[in-house]
Amino acid sequence: MNKEMTGAEMVIEALADQGVEHLFGYPGGAVLPIYDALFHQQKVQHILVRHEQGAVHAAEGYARSTGKVGCVLVTSGPGATNAVTGLTDALMDSTPLVCLTGQVPTHLIGNDAFQECDTVGITRPCTKHNYLVKTIDDLPRVLHEAFHIAQSGRPGPVVVDIPKDIQFAKGTYSRPREFQHKGYRPKLKGDLERIKSAIEVMRHAKRPLFYTGGGVVNSGPEASQLLRELVKLTGFPITSTLMGLGAYAASDPQWLGMLGMHGTYEANMSMHVCDVMICIGARFDDRITGRLDAFSPGSKKIHVDIDPSSINKNVKIDIPIIGDCAHVLEDMVRLWRSTAMSADKAALEAWWKQIDRWRARKSLAYRNSNEIIKPQYAISRLYELTKDRDTYITTEVGQHQMWAAQFYRFEQPNRWMTSGGLGTMGYGLPASVGVQMAHPNSLVIDIAGEASVLMTMQEMSTAVQYELPIKIFIINNQYMGMVRQWQELLHGGRYAHSYTEALPDFVKLAEAYHAVGIRCERPGDVDGAIREMINVKRPVIFDCVVDPNENCFPMIPSGRAHNEMLLGDATVSVEDAITEEGKVMV
Amino acid sequence: MNTTHYPAATVAERIETHTLSVLVDNEPGVLARVIGLFSGRGYNIDSLTVSETEHEKHLSRITIVTRGTPMVIEQIKNQLDRLVPVHRVVDMTVAGPRIERELAMVKVRGKGEQRMEALRLADAFRARVIDASTESFVFEITGASDKIESFVALMIPLGLVEVSRTGVVAIGRGPDGM
Repeated sequence: MNKEMTGAEMVIEALADQGVEHLFGYPGGAVLPIYDALFHQQKVQHILVRHEQGAVHAAEGYARSTGKVGCVLVTSGPGATNAVTGLTDALMDSTPLVCLTGQVPTHLIGNDAFQECDTVGITRPCTKHNYLVKTIDDLPRVLHEAFHIAQSGRPGPVVVDIPKDIQFAKGTYSRPREFQHKGYRPKLKGDLERIKSAIEVMRHAKRPLFYTGGGVVNSGPEASQLLRELVKLTGFPITSTLMGLGAYAASDPQWLGMLGMHGTYEANMSMHVCDVMICIGARFDDRITGRLDAFSPGSKKIHVDIDPSSINKNVKIDIPIIGDCAHVLEDMVRLWRSTAMSADKAALEAWWKQIDRWRARKSLAYRNSNEIIKPQYAISRLYELTKDRDTYITTEVGQHQMWAAQFYRFEQPNRWMTSGGLGTMGYGLPASVGVQMAHPNSLVIDIAGEASVLMTMQEMSTAVQYELPIKIFIINNQYMGMVRQWQELLHGGRYAHSYTEALPDFVKLAEAYHAVGIRCERPGDVDGAIREMINVKRPVIFDCVVDPNENCFPMIPSGRAHNEMLLGDATVSVEDAITEEGKVMV
Repeated sequence: MNTTHYPAATVAERIETHTLSVLVDNEPGVLARVIGLFSGRGYNIDSLTVSETEHEKHLSRITIVTRGTPMVIEQIKNQLDRLVPVHRVVDMTVAGPRIERELAMVKVRGKGEQRMEALRLADAFRARVIDASTESFVFEITGASDKIESFVALMIPLGLVEVSRTGVVAIGRGPDGM
C-alpha cells in the first residue's frame, strides 16, 4: 500500500513495519523532524539515553538478549561520533543494529556546517554497511534494506545517515515485499559433501573436541538446541569462547568451561592435544589461540562459519564449511544419525580419562578468605543466589568480566551480554538498560568493575527514568584490575595510573540518581546483601568491596601456548614463567 | 623469535602477485569501501583501475593488482566479497589464461638525434605519437606492464618528462565471461 508522507514519517513507518518496539536515542538539531514524528505516534517507544554511546550499547544488549535488531536514533556530528564506539563494538561481536543518524541538509554537506561530520566516511570501517540517503525516493528502500543487511548472514551494525531536508521532504512510502538484494546473498546451507567428510573425520576421531562461539548464539535458539543434540549424540567434549557461553549448558558433564587466555586448564589442554577440532561459529581470535605456531598442532580442523573471511584467516582449516550454524548443525545431526557406525568408543573413553585428570587440577580454585571478599567468591555467590531465577547477565571489561565468565554458569543462550571483540569498558551498564527494556520482568545484572562502570555511569539516570530495575554489581578493587595484573606480571609491579585515587561513594552516587545503593565489605555479609539487592524492585548499585590484589587465573601468559598456562596455585612463579619477549605485547 | 601473545608475524611465506577483477554496484562510496578495506587491513595495492562497464545495470569493474602470501590473498578475496555492493570477485591469476594490458602516455622532450631515436624506439614498441611539438612528443603505448616499463626506461636518457599510466586491466581468454 502506497502512502504519501514525509521522510521523518517514513522512518517511523518503516520501523513499525519492521516490528521495532523500542528505539534508543538522543535528540538534536538534525533529527528534530524524526523526533516530531515520534511525538505523534505510539507504535515505537523511544528511550532517552544520556550519551549516544549508551544508546548503541543499550541496543546491543537488547539485540543480544532477544535475537532482534537493536535500533538507535542519534543526531548529526557529535551524535554520530559518540555512537562510533558502540558501532565498532557491534561489528566486532556481530550484533545486528540499525543506527539512524541525522545529517545536515544535503545542500550543506561538505560545507563544514554546524554539527556536520562525514558520518558515512567515519562509520564505513565500523559498520557492516552504511548509507547516505540523498533523495526521498531512496529512503523507504534503504530503511528496509538496512534491516535486511543487519540481521542476515553474519549480523552487524548498519548506519543510515538521513539529511534534515530529506526528513522534511514528501514522498511515497511503500513497504517492499520480500526482496532480494542485487548482490548481497549470504549462504545459509553448508556444502553437503564437505559436511559428509567432516562427519567421516569425526567418526574416526580419537581425541575430538567441539570449539564453539558466538555464531551459535547469533544463529538462534535452534542452533543451540541442535548443538546440544550433536554433542550428546557424539559424546565429545565441548568448550566455547567468551561470546559463545550459554549455547551449551554449563551444568552438563561434557562441558569443559571456557577456553582461551583465561579459560580452564581442561579446555585449553584439550585444545592443545585434540586430534579433531570441530569449530562452530567461532573465529580463532588471538585471545583463543595463544601462540599461533603452537596452536593445537596435531589436529584436523573443521570450521563452520557463515562468513567465508573467517576461514583460514589465522589458522589453516582442513574442512571449511560455509553456512549458518543452525543449518549445518541440522545436517550434521541428521548425517550422524543416519549411519550406523558410531564414534570410536574405546578411544573416547581414554580421552575422557585424560580430560578428567586435567579437570582434577581444579584450575578455577582460589584461596577464599574470612576477612576480605574475594571477587571469585562474590560472583560465585551471585550465581548461586540467582541461578534459579530468570536472570540476564551483562558485564563491563576486565578481571570481573573474566571471573564472571568463569564463575557464572550459563544454561541458556542469549543470557550473557559482554563486549568480547572490542573489549569496551562501559558496555555493561547501558547494555543492561537495553536488556531490561526487552525483558521487564527478568532479573538483569551488570557484573561491573568500578573503573569500567564510571565510563557510562550516566545511564543510571536512564534506568531510573524508565523504572528499569537493573542491578549494577560492582566488583570494586579500586584498580583497573586487569591493567594492574599485567603491570604486576609484565612491568615489574610498577602500577602506572591503574589505581583510582578518588572513587565516588557508590552508595551516595546511587542515591543521587534516585536509585538504591548497597555496600558490602565482609564475606559474611555477601549473601544477605545480594538477597537485598534482588528484592529491591528499583535500580541498584551494589558496591562489593573486594581484595584489591587478586589476580585472574588460569592465564596463558604472553608468548605461551595452551599447554603452558599459569594456574592460581601453580608452583612455578609467575615472574619466571613470562619470557622477556612476552613483554612486547599489550 | 616472536613470542608475543598476539599472533606472530607470518613466517616467511612466499609473496605472490595476483590480479583480481571485482564487479561492484556503481554507487557513491563504493571505491572508498574497497580502498578503505585495503588500507584498514594493511593489504597492498600495486595497481587499481575502475570504470562503469554495464551502464544499464550500474555495474563497475575494478581491476586490482595486489601482493601477499597465499593466506593473505585468500583473505583479500573474502573480505572484498563481504562488502555489500560487491557482486563478484574473480582471481584472474588462478582463473585461467588471461590478458593484462595497460595504457601509458609518455612525454619526451628533445631535439636532433635524440628526438629521432625516441621516434624510432616508439615505432619498435608500436607506440603512437598523439601529440607533437618541435621539441617534444607524447607517445601512447599499450601493452603488458613490463613492456611499458622497458619503453619508459629507454625514454629516460632521451629526455623523458613525465608518464601517465592507467594501471592494469585484465580479461580472461576464451569465450566465457567472469
